[in-house]
Amino acid sequence: MTQFTRSRGDLIPILQKVQEVEGFLSPEAVAEISRFLDISENDIYSVASFYAQFRFTRPGEHTIKVCLGTACHVRGGERILDSMERELKIKTGQVTDDFKFGLERVACVGCCALAPVVVLDEDVYGKLEPVKVKDVLALYKKRS
Amino acid sequence: MTFEQIQRNAIAEWEALGKSKKPRIYVGTATCGRLSGALKVLDQIKAELEQRNIDAEVIEVGCIGCCYAEPLVDIVKPGHPRICYSNVTPEIIPRLIEDYIINDNPRSDLALGTIGDGSIDGIPKLFELPMLKPQVRIALRNCGYIDPENSNHYIANGGYSGLVRALKMTPEEVIEEIGRSGLRGRGGAGFPTATKWQACRDAPGSEKYLICNADEGDPGAFMNRSLLEGDPHSVLEGMLIGAYAIGATQGYIYVRAEYPLAVARLRTALKQAEDYGFLGDNILGSGLSFCIEIEEGAGAFVCGEETAMIRSLEGRRGWPYPRPPFPTTSGLWGKPTTINNVETWGDVSAILQKTGEWFAGYGTENSKGAKTFALAGKVIRTGLIEVPMGITLRQIVYDIGGGIPDGKDFKAVQTGGPSGGCLPTSILDLPVDYERLTAAGSMMGSGGMIVTDSDTCMVDLAKYFLSFTQAESCGECVMCREGAMQMLEILTDITEGRGKPEDIDLLLELGEAIKLGSLCALGGSAPNPVLTTIKYFREEYEAHIKEKRCPARACKNLISFYIIPEKCEGCLICLRKCPVNAIMGGKRMIHVIDQGKCDKCGICLDVCPTKFDAVIKVSGEQLETPEEPIPIGSWKKA
Repeated sequence: MTQFTRSRGDLIPILQKVQEVEGFLSPEAVAEISRFLDISENDIYSVASFYAQFRFTRPGEHTIKVCLGTACHVRGGERILDSMERELKIKTGQVTDDFKFGLERVACVGCCALAPVVVLDEDVYGKLEPVKVKDVLALYKKRS
Repeated sequence: MTFEQIQRNAIAEWEALGKSKKPRIYVGTATCGRLSGALKVLDQIKAELEQRNIDAEVIEVGCIGCCYAEPLVDIVKPGHPRICYSNVTPEIIPRLIEDYIINDNPRSDLALGTIGDGSIDGIPKLFELPMLKPQVRIALRNCGYIDPENSNHYIANGGYSGLVRALKMTPEEVIEEIGRSGLRGRGGAGFPTATKWQACRDAPGSEKYLICNADEGDPGAFMNRSLLEGDPHSVLEGMLIGAYAIGATQGYIYVRAEYPLAVARLRTALKQAEDYGFLGDNILGSGLSFCIEIEEGAGAFVCGEETAMIRSLEGRRGWPYPRPPFPTTSGLWGKPTTINNVETWGDVSAILQKTGEWFAGYGTENSKGAKTFALAGKVIRTGLIEVPMGITLRQIVYDIGGGIPDGKDFKAVQTGGPSGGCLPTSILDLPVDYERLTAAGSMMGSGGMIVTDSDTCMVDLAKYFLSFTQAESCGECVMCREGAMQMLEILTDITEGRGKPEDIDLLLELGEAIKLGSLCALGGSAPNPVLTTIKYFREEYEAHIKEKRCPARACKNLISFYIIPEKCEGCLICLRKCPVNAIMGGKRMIHVIDQGKCDKCGICLDVCPTKFDAVIKVSGEQLETPEEPIPIGSWKKA
């Protein structure tokens, strides 16, 4: 916290830093930030819940981001997302019971030439087809 | 050091690089290149050079915009023009280095084009290619050409001379110069930049702020990211010129957190600018003091709207507030604030490096200069382009983009992202400028340009954009919050076969009401994709509603997959790949899809071998097939 000032303008950078380190915003972390900035927890939740970046639950070990930018949409991104949901038996925004995979949709990762695109952790899968989804997931199921 | 000394050193470094006896290898490592595997190519180049003991310069550059050809690697051998190689893979590197760098074979079969003076047999000039020839590079002048992490490259190519020129003028003269250029905001709305600056300069108060809007949230748009990654100093220089003109002491760059490389390159550039004395107190002895901070956005589309961005910078929910007062009089922390888009700042530095008249030499009567677009979707050459205002959509789609892939037909081009509209074939000869795009029902927007073909359903596309804006609506205005949700429900009904004849009129009425009843541009433009698709593609809506048919065969609930009994060879491929076990069959038996089980993922159509071509997707019709698998050859129509 020492790198931040106790001003309201630093609230969002603080939330970002906490999430970067801890993976999500826990109730304990929010309480701590509330004391540091002298802003109520309610107020902090009001701000944090407004922004898509912030999560309040533990993320999956692997995060799958299915791009649904416009280029991916017209090239079949929804079909990829449907296949992911079917294979993982979860809905978008959820995490599998074993916390192995979290599934998210994102609006444009910016490599439209490769559409449809999935970003799995740091790896990019371009021109993906629904039939290949199972094989891609299998690569990560083995990894611990 | 004076600026003249800094400039001399930079030019000396740049010229030494040009005259170097060593081969030079440039690798495009902007995000688009990286996602295509440029970093693996870079590693392979370094390893190969080391293994073969070749002394060469390896330089990372930004993106020249040929996304379809990524990763791109340029090689310069002393005395030869720079050759740009496309779709480079790590596997090809050893051969390329051996063939060209060691033996003098330029491998014209792998080359895209040459850059600079001189020519090589069998390789066209890069900037004469149909993709690049119609383009004019103003904001993107250095992207893909210089090392964005080396400030001397920027300075040697005219960088910061615009700031130096501005500092010798009065702030009013700088605003006049911008006025002469005719520059209008590149974020989409097209407000005259000089007018905005003058209002902020005239606003009372000594504390003024300046913001660079880099919260590029439109899905399918990556112009600003590319500029920040490829030439961050051009944006900083533009901001410095703006700060001098309006009298600001503090600047912010509000950039999407989803752009880590852009953020990293900006941080590097800020440090370099500080070290040279271009930022901080008493800049270049002029008395101007200005600092820039980077603020990462937290993923809210509405924060691209200027008043929402101000709230976000203040650590609050990104809720827009009513204007007036405009930010130029009461913005961040209640102080006069100027907000301009990344590309606008990039244009500002170009204008001051040259002149306002030079910039105004491009474009149409009321839209001057050039505009960047992210060209993507169903087009052969996807990429980032910068074209003079007034170019036609046809030139963009067919000359630059190379037309529609797989021999399909053009259907529409979507401009302006979720706030824009879909323009049909009849509008293809429309010259691109602010007024004409707006008159056609779309808008310039920040520059996303998505091409669609006969496989794209316009109702589904309108639903796609509306679901985006509906989810991103901050919820403040009732019409945007509730109205967009109602529109989305109606569209969902239509695409799922529950549409009613009165729905089209209801959508039009709701759309107009939302435009009127919303405070900010998000709600004010959210209905545009729906309104323009009804205007230009009403028959598609009617097919969905009256015939329960999707002409593009894209809406899941209105399509069916069938296996054509006459064509099926009973190979079992689709049966094994079907994820929901909806296909019945056996070896040498005609396969049959259980329509009740089928969840319409289309995998059977993808995997059916081309030579059989036995799976068909239909909408609004039924195909006669056996009830259950029967031996091949035994099928007879009833």
